[in-house]
Amino acid sequence: MISVRGLTKRFGDNTVLDGIDLDIRSGERVAIIGPSGTGKSTLLRSLNFLEKPDEGMITIGPVTVDARRVRAAEELALRRQTSFVFQNYALFANMTARDNIAEGLITVRGWEKARAHARAEEILATIGLADKAQSYPAALSGGQQQRVGIGRAMAAEAEIMLIDEPTSALDPEWVDEVLQLLKRVADARQTMLIVTHEMQFARDIADRILFMDGGKIVEQGPPETMFTDPKDPRTRAFLRKVL
Amino acid sequence: MRPLDLDYMLGLVPVLLKYVPLTLAMASVAMVLALMLASLMAIVRVMRVPLLDGLTQVFISFFRGTPLLVQLFLFYYGLPQVFSFLTAINGVTAAIMGITLHFAAYMAESIRAAILGVDRSQWEAARSVGMTTAQMMRRIILPQAARIAAPTLVNYFVDIIKSTSLAFTLGVTELMGAAQKEAAGSFLYFEAFILVAIIYWVIVEALTVVQRQLEARLGKAVAR
Ligand SMILES: Nc1ncnc2c1ncn2[C@@H]1O[C@H](COP(=O)(O)OP(=O)(O)O)[C@@H](O)[C@H]1O
Ligand SMILES: [Mg+2]
Repeated sequence: MISVRGLTKRFGDNTVLDGIDLDIRSGERVAIIGPSGTGKSTLLRSLNFLEKPDEGMITIGPVTVDARRVRAAEELALRRQTSFVFQNYALFANMTARDNIAEGLITVRGWEKARAHARAEEILATIGLADKAQSYPAALSGGQQQRVGIGRAMAAEAEIMLIDEPTSALDPEWVDEVLQLLKRVADARQTMLIVTHEMQFARDIADRILFMDGGKIVEQGPPETMFTDPKDPRTRAFLRKVL
Repeated sequence: MRPLDLDYMLGLVPVLLKYVPLTLAMASVAMVLALMLASLMAIVRVMRVPLLDGLTQVFISFFRGTPLLVQLFLFYYGLPQVFSFLTAINGVTAAIMGITLHFAAYMAESIRAAILGVDRSQWEAARSVGMTTAQMMRRIILPQAARIAAPTLVNYFVDIIKSTSLAFTLGVTELMGAAQKEAAGSFLYFEAFILVAIIYWVIVEALTVVQRQLEARLGKAVAR
């Protein structure tokens, strides 16, 4: 269970998140859409403290944090309830595909190396990259790198997977394989909060769509109503442009 | 121009080569110690550790801002007069200490630049996985920084090898000291010093070959 209250983030006098309230049930798959520069990435990054929010309460699983008086240990505990998939993959450049997936299991969760490697190889097989176990990121295509990025997030078995525009940096030829993998992750009912510009994909996998604009959640609802019968004029204008 | 005394030079080769191990040992010990100290100082600076960061900056500024020869004299001849427990220190130890501190100051700045040169996405990825700062440094950032800094650090090792010749000013009979003694006995200064120059040159060239292989290997690990 995820619960966010009054989440606020400013860069200087630019208020990028303006008191966000958000609840996500276990197993729920939530997609965020909206124009660029409205704080979608900042919302994801504030939830795991890659960006330090100025105000707000965040609960993820058993961990609750008050942004105004958070200690480093709490930040870490909260972050460990999440996994993150980056737009630019951000694989560890000094590690093979297998080690990228196994690393968190070893250093963060304290698994034996052999067990972590076995689990990583299982995941590589699941994501169709068993033969790339020993390849370094630089030798993988964008699509393959992003699949490893998703595999790394899968390994964490986190309370929530935060996914920021997973296909935006990809050449068009790799987009499908990444979306298909994410669909499988969603079908397995991994709780997720995903920012995407792939409207058809959002419609397919999401239980709920959030439309963000100007640092606020303007409107939300199930995909059927959000895409066919949006209420807010800003949602309508946005959807007219992208659909 | 007088002809070179080649026989004398040939005879001197094995005499001087006996001192190569000491030179390499002093340089290697200084290199390892300097690397450790420099890494610590680089992390302190990157993390802006309160108090230590300021001290580190002063340390770096002092050891980069004064000549190595002055530092060596200060350690060997000066400090024991103030701190009597240092009287027991011998020339080799003082030279290693001075060279270590001097080069640690330079290397700390290269390592710091290399750490900051590691792409921001690598820091964020390490954080997102839930690593502590120490885990992130040890597993992700420092290995990549080492790759960036390696060529520069090998250059510093070359400098360190050459700088061990200054130990002779502290009365240590290392490669340079031995050449100096031989020359003083035979008065064949040119033969002795050109020979010692050639020996340093060959060592450094050999190291350059190692450096190229190292770079090729590190390059391959990333690009495979
Ligand atoms: N590190 C930062 N420093 C200053 N401003 C930032 C930073 N990150 C994001 N912003 C600003 O915050 C706003 C929202 O950015 P972002 O969350 O990336 O939007 P989105 O993901 O919706 O495109 C933008 O105006 C952007 O310029
Ligand atoms: Mg964004």
